[in-house]
Amino acid sequence: MKTSARELWTGRGLLVFVMLITIIPFVSLFVTALHAPGTYPSGLAWPAEPHWENFVNAFKAAKMGKLLQSSLLIELGVVPAAVLMSTLAGFALGHLKVPFRRTLLVIFVLGLTLPFEGIIVPLYYQIRSYGLLNTQWAIILPLLGLFMPFAVMWMRAHFVNMPEDLSEAARVDGASTWQLFWRIHVPLSMPAISSLAILLFLWTWNQFLLAIVLVDDPSKRTMAGALGAFQGQWGTDIPMLCAGSLLILTPTLLVFLAFQRQFVAALLQGAVKG
Amino acid sequence: MTDSRRTGESLGGRPSVSDRPAIHEARRRADRARRLRRGIPGLALVAPAAFFYAVFVLKPLASTIQYSFYDWNGITLAKWTGLENYTRLFTDKELLGSIINAFQLILYFSIVPVTFGLIAAALIRKFGTSRLALVSRTVLFLPQVIPLVAAGIMWTWLMATNGAVNQFFRLIGLGGITRAWLGDFNTALPAVGVIGAWVSLGLCMLLFLAGMSKIDPALYEAARLDGAGAISELMAVTLPAVRQELGVAVTITVIGALRSFDIIYISTQGGPGNSTLVPGLEIYYLAFFQRAIGQASALAVALTILVLAVVLPINRLARGKEES
Repeated sequence: MKTSARELWTGRGLLVFVMLITIIPFVSLFVTALHAPGTYPSGLAWPAEPHWENFVNAFKAAKMGKLLQSSLLIELGVVPAAVLMSTLAGFALGHLKVPFRRTLLVIFVLGLTLPFEGIIVPLYYQIRSYGLLNTQWAIILPLLGLFMPFAVMWMRAHFVNMPEDLSEAARVDGASTWQLFWRIHVPLSMPAISSLAILLFLWTWNQFLLAIVLVDDPSKRTMAGALGAFQGQWGTDIPMLCAGSLLILTPTLLVFLAFQRQFVAALLQGAVKG
Repeated sequence: MTDSRRTGESLGGRPSVSDRPAIHEARRRADRARRLRRGIPGLALVAPAAFFYAVFVLKPLASTIQYSFYDWNGITLAKWTGLENYTRLFTDKELLGSIINAFQLILYFSIVPVTFGLIAAALIRKFGTSRLALVSRTVLFLPQVIPLVAAGIMWTWLMATNGAVNQFFRLIGLGGITRAWLGDFNTALPAVGVIGAWVSLGLCMLLFLAGMSKIDPALYEAARLDGAGAISELMAVTLPAVRQELGVAVTITVIGALRSFDIIYISTQGGPGNSTLVPGLEIYYLAFFQRAIGQASALAVALTILVLAVVLPINRLARGKEES
């Protein structure tokens, strides 16, 4: 396929341009974080003497150690349980003959586009009545419910495409439904399961609304929720705010770069399926 | 056991050897009993997911609808007010304004990144496997990975009086238009919109690139031979091929616009005045600061209906063929 040199360069130039637009905000955040605390630096300027200690101070100010613990605790409460429950349900709805299957599917699909804001008010009173406000449970439990529609549909979409003969053969060999699930289908579904885990991890990490409504103490929130509190506290000290934001961003970026390939694939698929 | 197979006839549609109805009847009954028995493990597997979904989504959703008919401050006795909270959505300037703002944000959150992403993807398609393109996949995804809150903080600083945006305008000799973009009545909403556009652009572009990679190059060859220019090539070959991706991109970004909360909470808190107030933020203020639980719930119901009303037609349009 022949394309003129001009077309190629237009495309390349455009790509570089879009990449620059994407990157510059990060660069701006980084150079600003190196300015003297309390100053009001201008846009994109490398400081005369970089204040690397800003990051150390921000780490202390944001109680990063506690924050990381809290975030990881929430992740541990949400991701494994959500993946397990949705895999079980997706397997049943996609591969077994479940009575009332259609009705169940419609009910789950309804939840796909439901905005969190639509249920946050009663959720507050509900969590309060359980006595769980201001604990990590206040974020974990609602997220388990809120992730179910997407997660179940995701796993179902995978199981619908699994060949029937596979299960037939296992049944002939005398496998129970339980054995069929654990011994045959789970090992074969690892790619779909791990992509789902990645997506849920990211969405939990970045969850903001639930955190600010249900948990007052920033050190018991998700990372994103804590960042909101940090901004309220340090909003006037721009270099400090930028340093803190970068610290809170870093774990996400590291996880992203480590699993980049699966991430991009999962997010693109997740977009199409969601 | 596929769905397409006829149920009830264990012999798979072959004419039965015996035509004695009693045997038939017995067999059918045994079949039905077996199907139900077989269904129980399946239902048990769905149960945990259904339980959490019911308790933490469906129940609060029902409560939201219930609250929306009352005047309630969360503490004292609630007063039944019927549809009053709903009529106020159309008469109250602040409430209606938040809904109108959400629709205006669709332009920035959705139309801009989708259009620009489509054009950019069409131009970049030609060297989709080059090293530059591979690096770009990582870079363009960054805005999707970071919390929206962080995007809000970044851009709040970029658009501040002496942030990088004004620095750039001064550099190219447009010093006259510099201002505090997020604090100006006329520019706050578009400025917030720019943040949303920045977040979605990369995702849209990569979605379209993924869709375009499935197109047979011979189609483009044929179009070229027929004398198609870049524009008609886009219209005749590319667009029909990425129809599904287009539907997905529009759906995601429109939902993002209607339920925007994080970015606005961080960058403008709905101000100046109420110029960037959106339903999500207004629900939050009404419920947790002004203690108007009923009014907040009515707005929440309206927002939920709005999202469904916008998403369903888009999906129907994008889905040329039936797919699960």
